[in-house]
Amino acid sequence: MASKPLSARLTRNLNAKIAALPMIITTLVVFLGGTIWSVVYSFTGSKLLPKLKWVGLKQYDRLWSNSRWEISIENLFWYGIFALVLTIAIGFLLAVLLDQKIRFEDTFRTILLYPFALSFIVTGLVWQWLLNPEMGIQHIVRSMGWESFTFDPLYNPDLVLIGLLMAGLWQGTGFVMCIMLAGLRGIDEDIWKAARVDGIPAWKTYLRVVIPMMRPVFITTLVIVAAGIIKLYDLVVAMTSGGPGNASQVPAMYVYDYLFQAQNLGQGLAASTMMLLSVLIVLIPWAYLEFGGKKHA
Amino acid sequence: MTYSVQIKDLDLHFGAVKVLQGLNLNISEGEFIVLLGSSGCGKSTLLNCVAGLLEPTDGQIFIKGNNVTWEEPSKRGIGMVFQSYALYPQMTVRGNMSFGLKNAKVPKAEIETRVNRAAEILQITHLLDRKPSALSGGQRQRVAIGRALVRDVDVFLFDEPLSNLDAKLRADLRVELKRLHNQLKNTMIYVTHDQVEAMTLADRIAIMKGGVIMQLGSPDEIYNRPQNRYVADFIGSPSMNFLDGEYRNGTFVKGDLSIPVQGYAFATQPVEGGAITVGIRPEHIVTGPLVASAPYRTTTTVDLVEPMGSDTLVWAKIAGEPFRIRMDGQATVAVGDTLEIGIDPSRASVFDAKSEERL
Amino acid sequence: MLEASKMVDRTVDAMSGPRGKKPKKALSGRNIMIYGILLMVSLYYILPLWVMVMTSLKGMPEIRMGNIFAPPVEITFEPWVKAWSSACTGLNCDGLSRGFWNSVQILIPSVFLSIAIASVNGYALVNWKFKGSELFFTILIFGSFIPYQIMLYPIVIMLRELGLYGKLGGLVLVHSVFGMPILTLLFRNYFTSVPEELFKAARVDGAGFWGIYFRIMLPMSLPIFVVAVILQVTGIWNDFLFGVVFTKPSIYPMTVQLNNIVNSVQGVKEYNVNMAATMLTGLVPLVIYFISGKLFVRGIAAGAVKG
Repeated sequence: MASKPLSARLTRNLNAKIAALPMIITTLVVFLGGTIWSVVYSFTGSKLLPKLKWVGLKQYDRLWSNSRWEISIENLFWYGIFALVLTIAIGFLLAVLLDQKIRFEDTFRTILLYPFALSFIVTGLVWQWLLNPEMGIQHIVRSMGWESFTFDPLYNPDLVLIGLLMAGLWQGTGFVMCIMLAGLRGIDEDIWKAARVDGIPAWKTYLRVVIPMMRPVFITTLVIVAAGIIKLYDLVVAMTSGGPGNASQVPAMYVYDYLFQAQNLGQGLAASTMMLLSVLIVLIPWAYLEFGGKKHA
Repeated sequence: MTYSVQIKDLDLHFGAVKVLQGLNLNISEGEFIVLLGSSGCGKSTLLNCVAGLLEPTDGQIFIKGNNVTWEEPSKRGIGMVFQSYALYPQMTVRGNMSFGLKNAKVPKAEIETRVNRAAEILQITHLLDRKPSALSGGQRQRVAIGRALVRDVDVFLFDEPLSNLDAKLRADLRVELKRLHNQLKNTMIYVTHDQVEAMTLADRIAIMKGGVIMQLGSPDEIYNRPQNRYVADFIGSPSMNFLDGEYRNGTFVKGDLSIPVQGYAFATQPVEGGAITVGIRPEHIVTGPLVASAPYRTTTTVDLVEPMGSDTLVWAKIAGEPFRIRMDGQATVAVGDTLEIGIDPSRASVFDAKSEERL
Repeated sequence: MLEASKMVDRTVDAMSGPRGKKPKKALSGRNIMIYGILLMVSLYYILPLWVMVMTSLKGMPEIRMGNIFAPPVEITFEPWVKAWSSACTGLNCDGLSRGFWNSVQILIPSVFLSIAIASVNGYALVNWKFKGSELFFTILIFGSFIPYQIMLYPIVIMLRELGLYGKLGGLVLVHSVFGMPILTLLFRNYFTSVPEELFKAARVDGAGFWGIYFRIMLPMSLPIFVVAVILQVTGIWNDFLFGVVFTKPSIYPMTVQLNNIVNSVQGVKEYNVNMAATMLTGLVPLVIYFISGKLFVRGIAAGAVKG
């Protein structure tokens, strides 16, 4: 094609380009620009205000030698592993149960999904109340006669992640179930018929045929849930505020505190860059599989 | 005589909807039965009942003399081929064909033999280690047939197996299926909405409508002696011409038109003055030199010409009704031409206008 | 009428053997297991809501003595009244009502603006592709996975430059920006399913970019707009992080104020008031959820559909 004058190329679909301006500004300025700005300033010694005073990797050195950051990362790692595995496993199992042509499917689904409509703050506060040692579950079990029963995750540094997990699973499993159910419903009815004619028991059909067929659904869910876990913040704020002590600190909290409370901008930006890095570790292989694979196939 | 498959008084209701109603069908050993009908007629439902994938509301199903009404599909001695192939996408062709056998704990050597034999029959030996996604539609359907074949069963069920293929492949695979049946001599029940498949493959065709069999018979019977107006209209393309009129003294009368029908072999003599319908296939109307020998002759004016290569369809009017005439593809006719045509009432079909049953 | 039915079969006695539906036990082991598990899980899911409502209807003395699962002996709506009109955050004691109205003020323009932008985006991406449009869309989708934390401070600077930092308008803008990825995806997928012929026919008839959008696309995509509204109302109402970062105490949205009321360390803990406040904050998304039913599910599924 012969090259048209520049002005003609710019004005082609001009209305569409003007209409897409908010999207273009968002992607270029906010998403790309903001991310690059943060990464760049994480190599500076900025305190209260951003200043281009290069300090190399010093902020990262300090970050990784800070015990609070170490705890945050460790917490996120363990919480993340368990939350990921359990939400996906439980979500899938519930979807399978709902897929058995049962009665009251809509009722069950409504019950299992409603927590997802609630905010993490509401979720955290409800579970904080349920897990209140003097009046919540521990108190009830004790008053039923089991005097030595102890379950106070929000006040026990060793158990606090379990407390968070109980609330996190309660809020998020319904979402995974919904996606999995849609995935199961997307499987060709004839596949099930063929397996029945072949005499394959239902559990084996799930294991050997259906789950392999749902691989894309599992991977997409995994990425969405994992990206959500890394952002984990509101739930911890509402339930424990990072306590007892520093036992339930998470990276997002560290970033917030250093950016807006401790007035140590460089440190906060270094921490947020680490968060970005961890998401990219999840995101890039997925994007490669999802979009890179298509071109070769 | 033992039948291969027997269906007795089968009813199937989904709530208030009656999908199958008091259906009876006996299928002999080695017979190729085609269930034919438009969508929603209950043909696939019937097949699924035979397979055990749907539970009938009432009635019984026998396979090889055994009452299998409550039996699991895998224990009925059937193999089934689906329209969407329904291959297990993550397994190789070999895996697809052997999965059921492995699960039934058939010895390894035996599985090997059966898979290889089926692959040879279907000429897919070179594809055994591929995954379904790497196969063409026709190859996939062969694998699906292979999966049914290795089960070593007496009855094969086909649920519109060729409907997802393009026209040319469909024709090729149709011939192969016929060959396969000649070779294996198993009982086959085949569901389709394509009348060409039905006519070419079937020993007997069951034409269904509203959960009831409208006619069961050989392709020849169905085509030449349709039992009712529905079957007559359904079979044949272009479809049959129908003329509604009265029976008077051995003659069909409609306005100025009167066609003597003495030559027609009535099963039931129509009442004098009774309303009847005469059906004449477009290809049974003769033109040119053959008109002279036809028992009834008339002239008509050409309204529209549809040349189709192998033959030409001419639209005209008889007694004010649109009328199709099938002529040779080489015939030269133009709109406005006067056409002399001949009709042989012995090849026509006559129906009672009210009950629509053949007379 | 039928040959088949006339044929009498003598080999099998028609009366003997199984007939019709295979009888099934209603209480088969399989059913007990399925319904048993579902009921137990449902109980786990309902319990927090139950406890929340029950606690909010009790007086403090009854709470201190009793069982959190038990229904109230004496129902009182006082905690709800107090949570709404006089609960304290710091020195402010005008209850959650302030947060509620703040949230409403944030919600309405945010929902409107974000959906307006995203629907036009989706429409432009499907029907008016221009060089680079797909690239922008890809970055947009990637942006939705990136932790917001990395963009927080740059956005603070941008809002300050625009004079919107600490103002409702700033938060509205932030919600519109971060709602864009998922909503654009939603609208793009929906508009892709609209037959292209319709668009072409309109162009042949001389309709332009906005003409086609307002007169053809908009009227025929009402359901997807409803899905988008549901998605945005729950999402924006439930937001905490943006509210905390981009506003100041006097205009905190409801979630932030709720957290401050419940987790404030001053004074005696009034659990009934806390639960009433929590319930009040959760009420808006819950009502939307129960009314919208399947549409809510559709909104969720849209998030999981590949771009």
